[in-house]
Amino acid sequence: MSSRKWTTDLRNPTRRELLAGAAALSATAMLSPQALAQQFPTAKVNTTGLAVTDSEVTVGILHSVTGTMAISETGSVEAEKLAIEQINSQGGVLGRKIKFIQEDGASDWPTFAEKAKKLLVNDKCASVMGCWTSASRKAVLPVFEQYNGMLYYPTFYEGLEQSKNVIYTGQEATQQILAGLNWVQKEKGAKTFYLLGSDYIWPRTSNKIARKHIENVLKLKVLGEEYFPLGNTQFNSVINKMKLAKPDVIYAIIVGGSNVAFYKQLKAAGIDLTKQTLMTISVTEDEIDGIGGENIVGAYACMKYFESLDNPNNKAFVPAFHKMWGEKTVIGDVTQAAYLGPWLWKLTAEKAGSFDIDKIAAASPGVEFTGAPEGYVRIHENHHLWSKTRVGRARTDGQYDLVYETAELMEPDPFPKGYQ
Amino acid sequence: MLGDYSIGDLASILVMQGFAGLILFSVYLLMALGLAIIFGQMGVINMAHGEFMILGAYMTYFCSHLFETYLPGLYGGYFFVAMVVAFIVSGTAGLLVEWLLIRHLYSRPLDTLLATWGLSLIMQQAFRSGFGAREVGVELPPWMMGSLHASSTIEVQINGLFVMGLTLLITAAVALMLYRSRWGLQVRAVMANRTMSGAVGIDTRRIDRLTFGLGCGIAGIAGSAFTMIGSTGPTAGQLYIVDTFLVVVFGGAQSLLGTIASALTISQSQSTLEFFLTGSMAKVLTLLIVIGVLMLRPQGLFALKVRR
Repeated sequence: MSSRKWTTDLRNPTRRELLAGAAALSATAMLSPQALAQQFPTAKVNTTGLAVTDSEVTVGILHSVTGTMAISETGSVEAEKLAIEQINSQGGVLGRKIKFIQEDGASDWPTFAEKAKKLLVNDKCASVMGCWTSASRKAVLPVFEQYNGMLYYPTFYEGLEQSKNVIYTGQEATQQILAGLNWVQKEKGAKTFYLLGSDYIWPRTSNKIARKHIENVLKLKVLGEEYFPLGNTQFNSVINKMKLAKPDVIYAIIVGGSNVAFYKQLKAAGIDLTKQTLMTISVTEDEIDGIGGENIVGAYACMKYFESLDNPNNKAFVPAFHKMWGEKTVIGDVTQAAYLGPWLWKLTAEKAGSFDIDKIAAASPGVEFTGAPEGYVRIHENHHLWSKTRVGRARTDGQYDLVYETAELMEPDPFPKGYQ
Repeated sequence: MLGDYSIGDLASILVMQGFAGLILFSVYLLMALGLAIIFGQMGVINMAHGEFMILGAYMTYFCSHLFETYLPGLYGGYFFVAMVVAFIVSGTAGLLVEWLLIRHLYSRPLDTLLATWGLSLIMQQAFRSGFGAREVGVELPPWMMGSLHASSTIEVQINGLFVMGLTLLITAAVALMLYRSRWGLQVRAVMANRTMSGAVGIDTRRIDRLTFGLGCGIAGIAGSAFTMIGSTGPTAGQLYIVDTFLVVVFGGAQSLLGTIASALTISQSQSTLEFFLTGSMAKVLTLLIVIGVLMLRPQGLFALKVRR
């Protein structure tokens, strides 16, 4: 991966860049959009021919709104549109309103690559909010690197990647997993684990990290590790196996439609999650909508955001989201992370005083977003986010009760030593 | 792995594992039944079978909301009404599709494959536009959840029993119709020799339409029942289609007995292997077994002797 080289450059922004950033921040606070736009003339903030005019800047939204992934990606699109609308109502970015062009990746990875190319080459988007699955991100990554674009990627994912052209606004695997395992050992006295997952890269990599942590760091025991084809709907055999093995903790990374089958069958088999500890990193409020709260009540989820979080930012965000997209829509971890994308890009552009991709990439480390619904986030040198990890417990109404959050921000570590 | 367990533990696991296999068998049979009828009778491979199932699942979702809002007192029984509604709606949709699309393509089996696949995409997008892209949770009446405690270690899942009962009922009904009714006689005649049946005065077009409608209706019931064990979303039908084809092709396309035997073989090997290996490996081995058998018997387990 070519990405390792530039990190050293990123650690030391020049003094001039820092000063420019400081000037931009104070300017934002004082001036009207028009005056701000004049202070940052188009010729200066856009030296590489992006779609930026004196009054507008174009960004792309690239998600699946058709095909299997539409289930998951719809929330991300909604969150990104909300963020863009809010930014515009507060004067836009460097005095320019954000205009977005939305493309449909149609749950098909080559289509994602095609559309990414279109957004970068034809539409000259200053940044793109998009992708959900790792497969789609891997498909667009070469496009973003070749045509020098900026992607804000919202999903928690397996790590093992880092690029100048991507900001990862979700958690990488170690951030999401380690704190949860430590907690379950300490609070639940867990000694034995049973790892489950859907059979593709994210659950496999995540379970690998979990297993190393359980066996090497916590010195506990893994009783079994199993994978099921995506879309598997029959879990009775493994449920019987777990009944025999009697693990203290079931650690489940099952995704998509399989999730629904898994939790319904657990419940039907008489495994009561209020008594049997189950921890998952793949079930957000979005998924519970399909599973049904009564089938998963009592399960623990480990991620960075829950809709029920009690902080002022979230108290403003949740009603705004519901107002725009309806009272019944729920907000999961990834939806919140998608909401961060446009905001982080705006803050970075204002820090850099420019829309140029290279300047955005260089200015990103250290950018803080104090208005994040999850609390406070900051971009790390490796383009992932510092964020807290939280454990929530599922309620029957499909929401989570926060039961634990890390005291400190967790450092993102996409290439964890000793876990690979 | 069996070292540290008592005989009692092992016995109860054996019972529950056998039960898991039976549930899987019922599920496979129920989903394959509709397709088997259509495929066997008309040679049409209905790629939209999964979508007809999901249509039934959405009808169940719809009924549960209707009962919750207007008839909360009868909520416990809504599932039975839902299944009837699912049968009628999916069946009617099937009749309509046959009339609009399938009947024009009877002599072109590959084209029906493509046409029904297109139909499945259209139906998926229709679900997405109508019910939203997200999955919907279908709430079950309380009595259908949980399990019966047969002993301290053996638990029998109520929804599993329900699916088994339902499958038994529908299979019996289909068998009765095929082998004891006038329609069944005509269907079997058409299956054996379409031209000759036409010549002796059987309205083959009408038989085709009824068969297609019935197959889709059964798919609807299956979809309705599967809301208990699986997900309901625009593309959830795709989860079932591969297994369904597997059962039908493996069993031999034109025989009810073949479908039953095939569902039994596949489900038992799948659930046994899954217990001793992992989920993915069990699937691989099951598919290998199916491929092996099909290489030796291309016509499937049980094939009707038909003069071509």
